[in-house]
Amino acid sequence: MSQNLETAEHPETLRRVAIDPVSRVEGHGKVTLLLDDNNVVRQARLHIVEFRGFERFIQGRPYWEVPVMVQRLCGICPVSHHLAASKAMDVIVGARRLTPTAEKIRRLMHFGQILQSHALHFYHLCSPDLLFGFDSDAARRNIVGVAALHPETARQGVLLRKFGQEVIRHTAGKRIHGTGSIPGGVNKALSAAERDALLGDVYTMIEWCRAAVALVKRLHDANPALYSSFGMCRSNFLSLVGADGGMDLYDGWLRARDDRGHVIFDQVEYRQYARHIEEEVRPWSYMKFPFLRQFGKEEGWYKVGPLARVQNCDRIPTPFAERERRELMDYAGGSPIHAVLGYHWARMIEMLHAAEWIKDLLHDPDLLGTELTVRGERAHEGVGVIEAPRGTLIHHYTVDENDIVTMCNLIVSTTNNNQAMNESIRHVARRYMHGREITEGLLNHIEVAIRAFDPCLSCATHALGRMPLRIELRDADGNLVDQLTKDVDGTVTAGS
Amino acid sequence: MDAAPARKLKVATASLAGCFGCHMSFLDIDERLFELIELVEFDRSPLTDIKEVGDCDIGLIEGGLCNAENVRVLREFRQRCRTLIAVGACAINGGLPAQRNPIPLTMILEEVYHTSPGLHNGLIPNDPELPLPLNKVHPLHEVVKVDYFMPGCPPSGDTIWRVLTDLLAGREPTLPHTLLHYD
Repeated sequence: MSQNLETAEHPETLRRVAIDPVSRVEGHGKVTLLLDDNNVVRQARLHIVEFRGFERFIQGRPYWEVPVMVQRLCGICPVSHHLAASKAMDVIVGARRLTPTAEKIRRLMHFGQILQSHALHFYHLCSPDLLFGFDSDAARRNIVGVAALHPETARQGVLLRKFGQEVIRHTAGKRIHGTGSIPGGVNKALSAAERDALLGDVYTMIEWCRAAVALVKRLHDANPALYSSFGMCRSNFLSLVGADGGMDLYDGWLRARDDRGHVIFDQVEYRQYARHIEEEVRPWSYMKFPFLRQFGKEEGWYKVGPLARVQNCDRIPTPFAERERRELMDYAGGSPIHAVLGYHWARMIEMLHAAEWIKDLLHDPDLLGTELTVRGERAHEGVGVIEAPRGTLIHHYTVDENDIVTMCNLIVSTTNNNQAMNESIRHVARRYMHGREITEGLLNHIEVAIRAFDPCLSCATHALGRMPLRIELRDADGNLVDQLTKDVDGTVTAGS
Repeated sequence: MDAAPARKLKVATASLAGCFGCHMSFLDIDERLFELIELVEFDRSPLTDIKEVGDCDIGLIEGGLCNAENVRVLREFRQRCRTLIAVGACAINGGLPAQRNPIPLTMILEEVYHTSPGLHNGLIPNDPELPLPLNKVHPLHEVVKVDYFMPGCPPSGDTIWRVLTDLLAGREPTLPHTLLHYD
């Protein structure tokens, strides 16, 4: 029976090894491993070490500031927060149905975001592990190494990301932290010149996305034993799907499946999210641990993101991506993929889907329309949910009659994957480290498992707290000379 | 033709209490990245697997200071980098995370970990592995000397490119009006 490596019984007797910081991920995380005298891992944890407090300091701000403020949670997927907040604020301003132009501009912005984020993650951050090997030379395991040995792959990655960023710039006004989406719609449509500039490149992008999927499939074929088992974590899945069960990354209904692929719930209105999702706090991470209420915290945790979405939907509504989805499902053979390197495959299928959808949208005359916003009867509570690059993102606000935000609750994509990421690194620790001398290459195996989820640890660190503060004065040899302690209530004490 | 430089300049980057947007903006130099890596070598950075900063010519810091670990990393960068640059709003004045500064922290802690909706249990994370938070978010220059400040939330890829190429050419960095902005 596999042991649960979350908490060792006698941590004080164990040797600590830390990966700090986890690199080639977005944000701030570290891993600690506790090993016994025989180098057997007894405890493995991914800690989210920073917190910020957005949910609290959003309160007291006028609602129209929120879509611009909250995207500062995350510079990698600002559009996701920009749009999830906008969708919640659509409810506040009574915009039940956006104009076709507004909805399509937002979708275009979102697909630009999916494309650039997935390209960044695959090429700039993860491809060195997959192309060179998990325990290859650490000095080469980065985008510079890829540029030296696989220059065309690196070039396509950089230009795919650039294209996605340009889609965002044309729709949001700025590549990072734009202002295009507002409560009730958007503040700008595309000009014909902007549309034509994007149309000039989009067919090349689709071809390169197809090449990216082919590359991941070759990696799976070259080492099926590794790809079908690495970082295995069997769990439920959660994502939005469209009204017809097809993939929809901008809007839809919540669907969950169990680890065997059976539907748990479907067509759940996302404003009811709190009926289905509960969050647990654990003392060793600032990131909470969500789970499906009906199964409880032991059995109810789930995965979100590309691997969940591609296996959760019934179809993908663009032809090349749908063909690739079918191939992935055939490969899985009727039982969902839970080995985490499958995330890369699913992610590249989604990148292809994004490029195809951008192409279709660019041919839609509504993108050049002039009807940008709608308003209706005011509401005091709004929930906005979107499928961000990393998974289901939930924003929930209440707003008073003076337009001031009075409550904010955020469940960010990476938080949804918290338990799964921890389970995955424990699987790697058991499989690869059991009793062996720990090397840099072995530690990178742990990071490879974390990276597969494409965690955004910037997003995940939006809470904050107050702790006693201690200042220590040490001499040159590191001996404690004096210290000052400031208590939670502000009392300052000198000496130890 | 100019002689090739004797060695590549070393550049380290770190994201402290920021959102990673400045690092993304750095990647917004797009294909100029390939020109840049002919001239510089990356040391510690979220883009490499080097975990501790070595002796560097240029250090770029995104984000302000919200915990003791941020302060430790900043001091190491100051010690190791000949030129230290505060990149973006958070590094320069704390940025959006500093909006927490007027609010008593216990209140925020209570709200996030005790009273927020949908919580299974109320508990304040307190493991020794979690770095000590600071009572307020601080900009970099309150703790170390900063050589240059690059404004913007984030500064654009073009702005970052301009400053880096100026420094690499041995020029004092200057930003023309079009590259100087604060959002």
